[in-house]
Amino acid sequence: MTAKLTKDYIVNQIKRNIRGDDRKLDEMRELTIERGVSANAEGSARVKLGKTEVIAGIKMDLAEPYPDSQDKGVLTSSAEFLPLAAPEFEAGRPGEVEVELGRVVDRGIREAEVIDFKKLCIVEGEKVWRVFMDIVVINHDGNLMDASGLAAMAAILDAKMPTIDKDYKIDYNKREKPLPLTTIALPITVMKCGNKLIIDTTADEEEAIDTRLTVTTNESGNISSMQKGGPGGFTVEEIVEICKIAGKKTDELIKKHFKSKKN
Amino acid sequence: MSEKLINKGIRPDGRKLDEIRPLKIKAGVVDRADGSAYVEFGTTKVISAVYGPKKVHPRHMENSKKAILKVRYNMIPFSVYDRKRPGYDKRSVEIAKVVSEALENVIFLEEFPKSAIDIDMEIIQADAGTRVAAITAASVALADAGIPMRGLISSVAAGRVEGNIVLDLTKEEEDASDAIDLPVAMLARTGEITLLQMDGDASVDEIEKIVRMTEKGCKDIEKIQGKALIEKYNANTA
Repeated sequence: MTAKLTKDYIVNQIKRNIRGDDRKLDEMRELTIERGVSANAEGSARVKLGKTEVIAGIKMDLAEPYPDSQDKGVLTSSAEFLPLAAPEFEAGRPGEVEVELGRVVDRGIREAEVIDFKKLCIVEGEKVWRVFMDIVVINHDGNLMDASGLAAMAAILDAKMPTIDKDYKIDYNKREKPLPLTTIALPITVMKCGNKLIIDTTADEEEAIDTRLTVTTNESGNISSMQKGGPGGFTVEEIVEICKIAGKKTDELIKKHFKSKKN
Repeated sequence: MSEKLINKGIRPDGRKLDEIRPLKIKAGVVDRADGSAYVEFGTTKVISAVYGPKKVHPRHMENSKKAILKVRYNMIPFSVYDRKRPGYDKRSVEIAKVVSEALENVIFLEEFPKSAIDIDMEIIQADAGTRVAAITAASVALADAGIPMRGLISSVAAGRVEGNIVLDLTKEEEDASDAIDLPVAMLARTGEITLLQMDGDASVDEIEKIVRMTEKGCKDIEKIQGKALIEKYNANTA
Protein backbone atom coordinates (compact mmCIF):
# COMPACT_ATOMS: atom_id res chain seq x y z
CA MET A 1 0.00 0.00 0.00
CA THR A 2 1.12 3.48 -0.83
CA ALA A 3 0.97 6.00 1.99
CA LYS A 4 -1.47 8.89 1.76
CA LEU A 5 1.35 11.45 1.68
CA THR A 6 2.95 9.62 -1.24
CA LYS A 7 -0.38 9.53 -3.08
CA ASP A 8 -0.86 13.29 -2.68
CA TYR A 9 2.72 13.81 -3.85
CA ILE A 10 2.16 11.66 -6.96
CA VAL A 11 -1.03 13.55 -7.82
CA ASN A 12 0.64 16.93 -7.37
CA GLN A 13 3.58 15.89 -9.50
CA ILE A 14 1.33 14.61 -12.30
CA LYS A 15 -0.49 17.93 -12.28
CA ARG A 16 2.93 19.47 -13.04
CA ASN A 17 3.59 16.89 -15.78
CA ILE A 18 6.19 15.10 -13.64
CA ARG A 19 6.30 11.35 -13.03
CA GLY A 20 8.41 9.36 -10.59
CA ASP A 21 10.35 7.67 -13.38
CA ASP A 22 10.84 10.87 -15.41
CA ARG A 23 8.48 9.79 -18.15
CA LYS A 24 6.17 12.17 -19.99
CA LEU A 25 2.46 11.74 -19.29
CA ASP A 26 1.95 10.14 -22.71
CA GLU A 27 5.08 8.01 -22.67
CA MET A 28 5.02 4.23 -22.26
CA ARG A 29 7.58 2.29 -20.27
CA GLU A 30 10.08 0.09 -22.05
CA LEU A 31 8.29 -2.82 -23.65
CA THR A 32 9.77 -6.21 -24.41
CA ILE A 33 7.84 -9.03 -26.01
CA GLU A 34 9.19 -12.54 -25.96
CA ARG A 35 7.39 -15.24 -27.89
CA GLY A 36 7.24 -18.97 -27.24
CA VAL A 37 7.61 -19.07 -23.47
CA SER A 38 5.71 -22.33 -22.97
CA ALA A 39 6.33 -25.15 -25.44
CA ASN A 40 3.12 -27.05 -24.72
CA ALA A 41 1.01 -24.09 -25.68
CA GLU A 42 0.00 -23.53 -29.29
CA GLY A 43 1.25 -20.01 -28.82
CA SER A 44 2.57 -17.97 -25.93
CA ALA A 45 4.22 -14.69 -25.10
CA ARG A 46 5.72 -12.84 -22.20
CA VAL A 47 5.31 -9.10 -22.03
CA LYS A 48 7.34 -6.85 -19.81
CA LEU A 49 6.11 -3.32 -19.58
CA GLY A 50 8.51 -1.66 -17.18
CA LYS A 51 8.32 -3.95 -14.16
CA THR A 52 4.87 -5.27 -15.03
CA GLU A 53 5.06 -8.79 -16.38
CA VAL A 54 2.26 -10.77 -18.00
CA ILE A 55 2.26 -14.13 -19.77
CA ALA A 56 -0.46 -15.16 -22.19
CA GLY A 57 -0.95 -18.54 -23.80
CA ILE A 58 -3.12 -20.05 -26.50
CA LYS A 59 -4.41 -23.62 -26.35
CA MET A 60 -6.79 -25.12 -28.88
CA ASP A 61 -9.18 -28.03 -29.07
CA LEU A 62 -12.31 -29.01 -30.96
CA ALA A 63 -15.77 -28.06 -29.75
CA GLU A 64 -19.31 -27.50 -30.91
CA PRO A 65 -20.00 -24.01 -32.23
CA TYR A 66 -22.33 -21.63 -30.42
CA PRO A 67 -25.94 -22.00 -31.60
CA ASP A 68 -25.99 -18.44 -33.00
CA SER A 69 -22.75 -18.79 -34.96
CA GLN A 70 -22.71 -22.29 -36.40
CA ASP A 71 -19.94 -21.58 -38.88
CA LYS A 72 -17.48 -19.91 -36.55
CA GLY A 73 -14.78 -21.02 -34.16
CA VAL A 74 -15.03 -20.24 -30.47
CA LEU A 75 -12.89 -18.03 -28.23
CA THR A 76 -12.74 -18.63 -24.48
CA SER A 77 -10.57 -16.44 -22.30
CA SER A 78 -9.55 -15.97 -18.72
CA ALA A 79 -7.31 -13.68 -16.72
CA GLU A 80 -5.75 -14.58 -13.43
CA PHE A 81 -3.61 -12.67 -10.94
CA LEU A 82 -1.14 -15.25 -9.70
CA PRO A 83 -0.70 -14.99 -5.93
CA LEU A 84 3.01 -14.43 -6.52
CA ALA A 85 2.41 -11.22 -8.50
CA ALA A 86 1.62 -8.82 -5.65
CA PRO A 87 1.16 -9.01 -1.87
CA GLU A 88 -2.56 -8.26 -2.14
CA PHE A 89 -3.28 -11.09 -4.60
CA GLU A 90 -4.73 -14.27 -3.18
CA ALA A 91 -5.57 -17.61 -4.73
CA GLY A 92 -9.20 -18.46 -5.36
CA ARG A 93 -12.11 -17.67 -7.59
CA PRO A 94 -11.33 -14.72 -9.84
CA GLY A 95 -12.30 -11.41 -8.29
CA GLU A 96 -14.07 -8.62 -10.14
CA VAL A 97 -10.83 -6.94 -11.24
CA GLU A 98 -9.61 -10.15 -12.87
CA VAL A 99 -12.99 -10.82 -14.42
CA GLU A 100 -13.06 -7.33 -15.92
CA LEU A 101 -9.48 -7.59 -17.17
CA GLY A 102 -10.16 -10.90 -18.94
CA ARG A 103 -13.39 -9.70 -20.46
CA VAL A 104 -12.07 -6.35 -21.71
CA VAL A 105 -9.06 -7.98 -23.40
CA ASP A 106 -11.33 -10.69 -24.83
CA ARG A 107 -13.82 -8.20 -26.25
CA GLY A 108 -11.13 -6.06 -27.83
CA ILE A 109 -9.77 -9.05 -29.75
CA ARG A 110 -13.12 -10.69 -30.46
CA GLU A 111 -14.87 -7.56 -31.71
CA ALA A 112 -11.94 -6.47 -33.88
CA GLU A 113 -12.18 -9.94 -35.46
CA VAL A 114 -8.45 -10.35 -34.96
CA ILE A 115 -8.94 -14.09 -35.42
CA ASP A 116 -10.83 -15.05 -38.56
CA PHE A 117 -13.31 -17.33 -36.81
CA LYS A 118 -15.01 -18.46 -40.01
CA LYS A 119 -11.76 -20.15 -41.00
CA LEU A 120 -11.83 -22.09 -37.74
CA CYS A 121 -14.99 -23.95 -38.73
CA ILE A 122 -14.43 -27.61 -39.59
CA VAL A 123 -17.97 -29.00 -39.94
CA GLU A 124 -20.67 -26.35 -39.82
CA GLY A 125 -22.90 -26.72 -36.77
CA GLU A 126 -20.85 -29.62 -35.44
CA LYS A 127 -17.13 -29.10 -35.14
CA VAL A 128 -15.08 -25.97 -34.84
CA TRP A 129 -11.76 -25.01 -33.36
CA ARG A 130 -12.00 -23.59 -29.88
CA VAL A 131 -9.26 -21.11 -28.93
CA PHE A 132 -8.44 -20.73 -25.24
CA MET A 133 -6.72 -17.48 -24.42
CA ASP A 134 -5.41 -17.45 -20.87
CA ILE A 135 -3.64 -14.52 -19.30
CA VAL A 136 -1.63 -14.71 -16.08
CA VAL A 137 -0.14 -11.76 -14.26
CA ILE A 138 3.37 -12.52 -12.99
CA ASN A 139 4.31 -9.13 -11.56
CA HIS A 140 1.91 -6.26 -10.99
CA ASP A 141 3.39 -2.84 -11.45
CA GLY A 142 0.39 -1.21 -13.01
CA ASN A 143 -1.34 -1.04 -16.41
CA LEU A 144 -2.29 -4.71 -16.42
CA MET A 145 -4.92 -4.04 -19.06
CA ASP A 146 -2.48 -2.93 -21.77
CA ALA A 147 0.20 -5.44 -20.79
CA SER A 148 -2.39 -8.25 -20.96
CA GLY A 149 -3.69 -7.07 -24.32
CA LEU A 150 -0.16 -6.95 -25.71
CA ALA A 151 0.61 -10.42 -24.34
CA ALA A 152 -2.63 -11.87 -25.71
CA MET A 153 -2.02 -10.37 -29.14
CA ALA A 154 1.58 -11.59 -29.20
CA ALA A 155 0.50 -15.10 -28.14
CA ILE A 156 -2.10 -15.18 -30.91
CA LEU A 157 0.56 -14.19 -33.44
CA ASP A 158 2.89 -16.84 -32.04
CA ALA A 159 0.30 -19.61 -32.26
CA LYS A 160 0.54 -22.54 -34.65
CA MET A 161 -2.54 -24.68 -35.10
CA PRO A 162 -2.35 -28.36 -34.22
CA THR A 163 -3.33 -30.81 -36.96
CA ILE A 164 -6.25 -33.23 -37.05
CA ASP A 165 -6.60 -36.61 -38.76
CA LYS A 166 -9.72 -37.87 -40.54
CA ASP A 167 -11.27 -39.00 -37.22
CA TYR A 168 -10.76 -35.51 -35.82
CA LYS A 169 -8.06 -36.65 -33.45
CA ILE A 170 -5.79 -33.76 -32.57
CA ASP A 171 -2.05 -34.09 -32.93
CA TYR A 172 -0.50 -31.45 -30.71
CA ASN A 173 3.00 -32.48 -31.75
CA LYS A 174 2.37 -31.56 -35.33
CA ARG A 175 1.57 -27.89 -35.39
CA GLU A 176 1.66 -26.36 -38.82
CA LYS A 177 -0.31 -23.34 -39.88
CA PRO A 178 -0.53 -20.06 -38.03
CA LEU A 179 -3.92 -18.92 -36.76
CA PRO A 180 -5.90 -17.16 -39.51
CA LEU A 181 -5.80 -13.47 -38.62
CA THR A 182 -7.28 -10.32 -40.12
CA THR A 183 -5.83 -7.49 -38.05
CA ILE A 184 -3.98 -6.56 -34.89
CA ALA A 185 -5.80 -4.85 -32.04
CA LEU A 186 -4.35 -3.45 -28.83
CA PRO A 187 -5.88 -1.81 -25.76
CA ILE A 188 -4.53 1.49 -24.49
CA THR A 189 -5.60 2.65 -21.07
CA VAL A 190 -5.65 6.36 -20.30
CA MET A 191 -6.10 7.52 -16.73
CA LYS A 192 -7.35 10.86 -15.52
CA CYS A 193 -5.74 12.97 -12.83
CA GLY A 194 -7.39 16.34 -12.38
CA ASN A 195 -7.49 17.62 -15.94
CA LYS A 196 -4.40 15.64 -16.98
CA LEU A 197 -4.50 12.46 -19.03
CA ILE A 198 -1.77 9.91 -18.40
CA ILE A 199 -0.89 6.54 -19.94
CA ASP A 200 0.87 3.35 -18.83
CA THR A 201 0.47 4.02 -15.12
CA THR A 202 2.57 2.22 -12.49
CA ALA A 203 1.06 0.48 -9.46
CA ASP A 204 1.98 3.51 -7.29
CA GLU A 205 0.29 5.88 -9.72
CA GLU A 206 -2.79 3.66 -9.77
CA GLU A 207 -2.99 3.87 -5.96
CA ALA A 208 -3.10 7.65 -6.28
CA ILE A 209 -5.44 8.01 -9.27
CA ASP A 210 -8.23 5.69 -10.22
CA THR A 211 -10.37 6.79 -13.15
CA ARG A 212 -9.53 5.25 -16.49
CA LEU A 213 -10.78 4.57 -19.98
CA THR A 214 -9.46 1.62 -21.96
CA VAL A 215 -9.79 1.85 -25.75
CA THR A 216 -8.90 -1.01 -28.08
CA THR A 217 -7.96 0.09 -31.60
CA ASN A 218 -7.17 -2.06 -34.65
CA GLU A 219 -4.73 -1.57 -37.50
CA SER A 220 -7.10 0.57 -39.54
CA GLY A 221 -7.58 2.96 -36.62
CA ASN A 222 -11.09 1.77 -35.75
CA ILE A 223 -12.16 1.16 -32.19
CA SER A 224 -13.34 -2.32 -31.22
CA SER A 225 -13.89 -1.94 -27.50
CA MET A 226 -14.10 0.68 -24.77
CA GLN A 227 -14.41 0.36 -21.03
CA LYS A 228 -14.48 3.04 -18.39
CA GLY A 229 -13.30 2.06 -14.93
CA GLY A 230 -12.89 3.66 -11.54
CA PRO A 231 -15.14 6.02 -9.62
CA GLY A 232 -14.68 9.31 -11.49
CA GLY A 233 -16.15 10.60 -14.74
CA PHE A 234 -15.20 11.96 -18.14
CA THR A 235 -16.54 14.69 -20.38
CA VAL A 236 -17.37 13.93 -24.02
CA GLU A 237 -14.32 15.98 -25.08
CA GLU A 238 -12.03 13.92 -22.86
CA ILE A 239 -13.43 10.69 -24.29
CA VAL A 240 -12.71 11.83 -27.84
CA GLU A 241 -9.20 12.95 -26.84
CA ILE A 242 -8.54 9.55 -25.23
CA CYS A 243 -9.71 7.73 -28.38
CA LYS A 244 -7.18 9.74 -30.37
CA ILE A 245 -4.35 9.03 -27.92
CA ALA A 246 -5.19 5.31 -28.00
CA GLY A 247 -5.20 5.26 -31.79
CA LYS A 248 -1.82 6.97 -31.98
CA LYS A 249 -0.18 4.74 -29.36
CA THR A 250 -1.60 1.56 -30.90
CA ASP A 251 -0.24 2.59 -34.27
CA GLU A 252 3.21 3.21 -32.77
CA LEU A 253 3.21 -0.12 -30.93
CA ILE A 254 2.13 -2.10 -33.99
CA LYS A 255 4.80 -0.48 -36.15
CA LYS A 256 7.52 -1.12 -33.61
CA HIS A 257 6.63 -4.55 -32.24
CA PHE A 258 4.32 -6.39 -34.65
CA LYS A 259 4.16 -7.38 -38.27
CA SER A 260 1.07 -6.10 -40.05
CA LYS A 261 -1.76 -8.60 -40.54
CA LYS A 262 -3.75 -6.38 -42.88
CA ASN A 263 -5.13 -8.52 -45.74
CA MET B 1 -32.80 -9.97 -43.49
CA SER B 2 -32.59 -8.08 -46.75
CA GLU B 3 -35.20 -5.53 -45.66
CA LYS B 4 -33.75 -2.48 -43.99
CA LEU B 5 -34.68 -1.85 -40.37
CA ILE B 6 -34.52 1.91 -40.55
CA ASN B 7 -36.29 3.77 -43.32
CA LYS B 8 -36.16 7.54 -43.71
CA GLY B 9 -35.11 8.00 -40.11
CA ILE B 10 -37.98 5.91 -38.71
CA ARG B 11 -37.20 2.74 -36.77
CA PRO B 12 -39.10 -0.59 -36.69
CA ASP B 13 -41.03 0.45 -33.58
CA GLY B 14 -41.88 3.86 -35.05
CA ARG B 15 -39.31 5.79 -33.06
CA LYS B 16 -37.11 8.56 -34.42
CA LEU B 17 -33.35 8.06 -34.35
CA ASP B 18 -32.83 10.09 -31.18
CA GLU B 19 -35.82 8.84 -29.25
CA ILE B 20 -35.73 6.50 -26.24
CA ARG B 21 -38.14 3.59 -25.86
CA PRO B 22 -41.19 4.27 -23.70
CA LEU B 23 -39.82 4.60 -20.17
CA LYS B 24 -41.94 3.95 -17.10
CA ILE B 25 -40.53 4.46 -13.63
CA LYS B 26 -42.19 3.89 -10.28
CA ALA B 27 -40.42 4.73 -7.04
CA GLY B 28 -41.07 2.84 -3.80
CA VAL B 29 -42.12 -0.62 -4.93
CA VAL B 30 -40.47 -2.83 -2.28
CA ASP B 31 -41.98 -2.09 1.11
CA ARG B 32 -39.20 -3.58 3.25
CA ALA B 33 -36.41 -1.78 1.40
CA ASP B 34 -35.13 1.67 2.38
CA GLY B 35 -35.57 2.70 -1.22
CA SER B 36 -36.68 1.00 -4.40
CA ALA B 37 -37.77 1.50 -7.97
CA TYR B 38 -39.32 -0.39 -10.84
CA VAL B 39 -38.33 0.48 -14.38
CA GLU B 40 -39.76 -0.55 -17.70
CA PHE B 41 -37.43 0.49 -20.49
CA GLY B 42 -39.33 -0.60 -23.58
CA THR B 43 -39.80 -4.30 -22.90
CA THR B 44 -36.89 -4.56 -20.47
CA LYS B 45 -38.11 -4.75 -16.87
CA VAL B 46 -35.99 -4.20 -13.79
CA ILE B 47 -36.57 -3.88 -10.10
CA SER B 48 -33.96 -2.31 -7.85
CA ALA B 49 -33.83 -1.96 -4.08
CA VAL B 50 -31.48 -0.20 -1.72
CA TYR B 51 -30.73 -1.15 1.88
CA GLY B 52 -28.69 1.11 4.10
CA PRO B 53 -26.66 2.84 5.20
CA LYS B 54 -26.29 -0.14 7.55
CA LYS B 55 -23.64 -2.06 9.44
CA VAL B 56 -20.90 -3.60 7.34
CA HIS B 57 -20.85 -7.34 7.18
CA PRO B 58 -18.21 -8.86 7.29
CA ARG B 59 -16.77 -6.13 9.48
CA HIS B 60 -13.24 -6.20 8.13
CA MET B 61 -14.64 -4.62 4.95
CA GLU B 62 -15.47 -1.46 6.88
CA ASN B 63 -13.94 1.81 5.75
CA SER B 64 -13.48 4.33 8.54
CA LYS B 65 -13.76 7.26 6.11
CA LYS B 66 -16.78 6.38 4.02
CA ALA B 67 -19.57 3.96 3.29
CA ILE B 68 -18.89 1.02 1.01
CA LEU B 69 -21.18 0.18 -1.89
CA LYS B 70 -22.22 -3.40 -2.46
CA VAL B 71 -23.79 -3.75 -5.87
CA ARG B 72 -25.49 -6.84 -7.25
CA TYR B 73 -26.71 -7.23 -10.83
CA ASN B 74 -28.65 -10.39 -11.50
CA MET B 75 -30.72 -11.82 -14.30
CA ILE B 76 -33.62 -13.89 -13.01
CA PRO B 77 -33.44 -17.39 -14.60
CA PHE B 78 -36.63 -16.89 -16.61
CA SER B 79 -35.83 -13.33 -17.72
CA VAL B 80 -34.18 -14.53 -20.93
CA TYR B 81 -35.17 -16.75 -23.84
CA ASP B 82 -32.70 -19.50 -22.91
CA ARG B 83 -32.92 -19.99 -19.16
CA LYS B 84 -30.02 -18.39 -17.29
CA ARG B 85 -28.44 -20.71 -14.77
CA PRO B 86 -28.66 -19.03 -11.36
CA GLY B 87 -25.49 -17.99 -9.58
CA TYR B 88 -22.03 -16.64 -10.35
CA ASP B 89 -21.32 -15.53 -13.89
CA LYS B 90 -18.57 -13.28 -15.15
CA ARG B 91 -20.85 -10.94 -17.08
CA SER B 92 -22.83 -10.08 -13.93
CA VAL B 93 -19.66 -9.62 -11.89
CA GLU B 94 -18.34 -7.17 -14.47
CA ILE B 95 -21.60 -5.23 -14.73
CA ALA B 96 -21.85 -4.94 -10.93
CA LYS B 97 -18.30 -3.57 -10.88
CA VAL B 98 -18.82 -0.89 -13.52
CA VAL B 99 -22.19 0.11 -12.04
CA SER B 100 -20.64 0.43 -8.60
CA GLU B 101 -17.94 2.67 -10.07
CA ALA B 102 -20.55 4.71 -11.92
CA LEU B 103 -22.33 5.49 -8.65
CA GLU B 104 -19.41 5.77 -6.25
CA ASN B 105 -18.47 9.40 -6.78
CA VAL B 106 -22.06 10.54 -7.11
CA ILE B 107 -23.19 9.36 -3.66
CA PHE B 108 -21.87 11.30 -0.65
CA LEU B 109 -20.35 8.12 0.79
CA GLU B 110 -18.14 10.08 3.17
CA GLU B 111 -21.23 11.06 5.17
CA PHE B 112 -21.66 7.45 6.30
CA PRO B 113 -18.32 6.11 7.51
CA LYS B 114 -18.12 2.48 8.62
CA SER B 115 -21.37 1.60 6.90
CA ALA B 116 -22.56 -0.21 3.81
CA ILE B 117 -25.12 0.60 1.16
CA ASP B 118 -26.51 -2.43 -0.64
CA ILE B 119 -27.89 -1.95 -4.13
CA ASP B 120 -29.62 -4.88 -5.75
CA MET B 121 -30.71 -4.82 -9.39
CA GLU B 122 -32.79 -7.74 -10.62
CA ILE B 123 -33.67 -8.17 -14.28
CA ILE B 124 -37.19 -9.52 -14.60
CA GLN B 125 -37.52 -9.35 -18.37
CA ALA B 126 -34.45 -8.88 -20.55
CA ASP B 127 -34.66 -7.31 -23.99
CA ALA B 128 -31.61 -5.14 -24.72
CA GLY B 129 -30.28 -2.46 -22.46
CA THR B 130 -30.62 -4.31 -19.16
CA ARG B 131 -27.66 -2.57 -17.56
CA VAL B 132 -28.85 0.92 -18.44
CA ALA B 133 -32.35 0.13 -17.20
CA ALA B 134 -30.83 -1.28 -14.01
CA ILE B 135 -28.72 1.84 -13.35
CA THR B 136 -31.69 4.10 -14.07
CA ALA B 137 -33.69 2.11 -11.50
CA ALA B 138 -30.88 2.00 -8.93
CA SER B 139 -30.45 5.75 -9.08
CA VAL B 140 -34.14 6.33 -8.32
CA ALA B 141 -34.01 3.69 -5.55
CA LEU B 142 -31.05 5.51 -3.97
CA ALA B 143 -32.88 8.81 -4.03
CA ASP B 144 -35.99 7.08 -2.68
CA ALA B 145 -33.87 5.77 0.21
CA GLY B 146 -32.96 9.38 1.01
CA ILE B 147 -29.28 8.82 0.32
CA PRO B 148 -27.62 12.15 -0.49
CA MET B 149 -26.27 12.37 -4.03
CA ARG B 150 -24.73 15.01 -6.30
CA GLY B 151 -27.62 14.37 -8.66
CA LEU B 152 -29.46 11.58 -10.38
CA ILE B 153 -27.50 9.15 -12.51
CA SER B 154 -29.27 8.45 -15.77
CA SER B 155 -28.28 5.76 -18.19
CA VAL B 156 -28.92 4.85 -21.79
CA ALA B 157 -27.13 3.29 -24.72
CA ALA B 158 -26.68 4.70 -28.19
CA GLY B 159 -25.07 3.11 -31.17
CA ARG B 160 -25.00 2.51 -34.87
CA VAL B 161 -27.55 0.59 -36.92
CA GLU B 162 -27.24 0.42 -40.71
CA GLY B 163 -24.99 3.47 -40.65
CA ASN B 164 -27.43 5.53 -38.59
CA ILE B 165 -26.52 6.83 -35.15
CA VAL B 166 -29.46 5.82 -32.96
CA LEU B 167 -30.48 6.13 -29.34
CA ASP B 168 -31.53 3.19 -27.13
CA LEU B 169 -31.26 0.14 -29.40
CA THR B 170 -33.76 -2.72 -29.32
CA LYS B 171 -32.71 -6.36 -29.51
CA GLU B 172 -33.70 -6.41 -33.18
CA GLU B 173 -31.51 -3.38 -33.89
CA GLU B 174 -28.61 -4.80 -31.87
CA ASP B 175 -28.65 -7.79 -34.22
CA ALA B 176 -28.09 -5.67 -37.34
CA SER B 177 -24.85 -6.71 -39.01
CA ASP B 178 -23.08 -3.39 -38.47
CA ALA B 179 -24.58 -2.69 -35.05
CA ILE B 180 -22.58 -1.25 -32.22
CA ASP B 181 -23.92 -0.50 -28.79
CA LEU B 182 -22.40 1.97 -26.36
CA PRO B 183 -24.00 2.14 -22.92
CA VAL B 184 -23.36 5.26 -20.88
CA ALA B 185 -24.28 6.41 -17.39
CA MET B 186 -24.19 10.11 -16.73
CA LEU B 187 -24.67 12.62 -13.99
CA ALA B 188 -27.17 14.34 -16.24
CA ARG B 189 -27.01 17.61 -14.30
CA THR B 190 -23.34 18.14 -15.25
CA GLY B 191 -22.89 15.86 -18.26
CA GLU B 192 -20.15 13.91 -16.48
CA ILE B 193 -19.94 10.36 -17.84
CA THR B 194 -19.41 7.76 -15.11
CA LEU B 195 -19.95 4.57 -17.08
CA LEU B 196 -18.95 3.83 -20.63
CA GLN B 197 -18.56 0.53 -22.41
CA MET B 198 -18.44 -0.30 -26.07
CA ASP B 199 -17.64 -3.13 -28.39
CA GLY B 200 -17.88 -3.42 -32.13
CA ASP B 201 -16.06 -1.53 -34.82
CA ALA B 202 -16.32 2.24 -35.05
CA SER B 203 -14.27 5.28 -35.95
CA VAL B 204 -13.40 7.98 -33.42
CA ASP B 205 -15.80 10.28 -35.24
CA GLU B 206 -18.68 7.86 -34.83
CA ILE B 207 -17.85 7.34 -31.15
CA GLU B 208 -18.09 11.09 -30.61
CA LYS B 209 -21.52 11.27 -32.28
CA ILE B 210 -22.78 8.28 -30.33
CA VAL B 211 -21.63 9.64 -26.97
CA ARG B 212 -23.22 13.01 -27.79
CA MET B 213 -26.48 11.22 -28.47
CA THR B 214 -26.41 9.49 -25.07
CA GLU B 215 -26.11 12.95 -23.53
CA LYS B 216 -29.48 13.87 -24.99
CA GLY B 217 -30.98 10.54 -23.91
CA CYS B 218 -29.76 10.87 -20.33
CA LYS B 219 -31.25 14.36 -20.00
CA ASP B 220 -34.63 12.98 -21.18
CA ILE B 221 -34.40 10.11 -18.72
CA GLU B 222 -33.45 12.34 -15.79
CA LYS B 223 -36.74 14.22 -16.17
CA ILE B 224 -38.73 10.99 -15.96
CA GLN B 225 -36.71 9.84 -12.95
CA GLY B 226 -37.38 13.12 -11.16
CA LYS B 227 -41.09 12.88 -11.93
CA ALA B 228 -41.29 9.35 -10.51
CA LEU B 229 -39.75 10.55 -7.23
CA ILE B 230 -42.08 13.55 -7.00
CA GLU B 231 -45.09 11.31 -7.71
CA LYS B 232 -44.16 9.01 -4.85
CA TYR B 233 -43.79 11.83 -2.35
CA ASN B 234 -46.96 13.52 -3.52
CA ALA B 235 -48.83 10.25 -2.97
CA ASN B 236 -47.35 9.92 0.52
CA THR B 237 -48.43 13.37 1.59
CA ALA B 238 -51.87 13.26 0.03
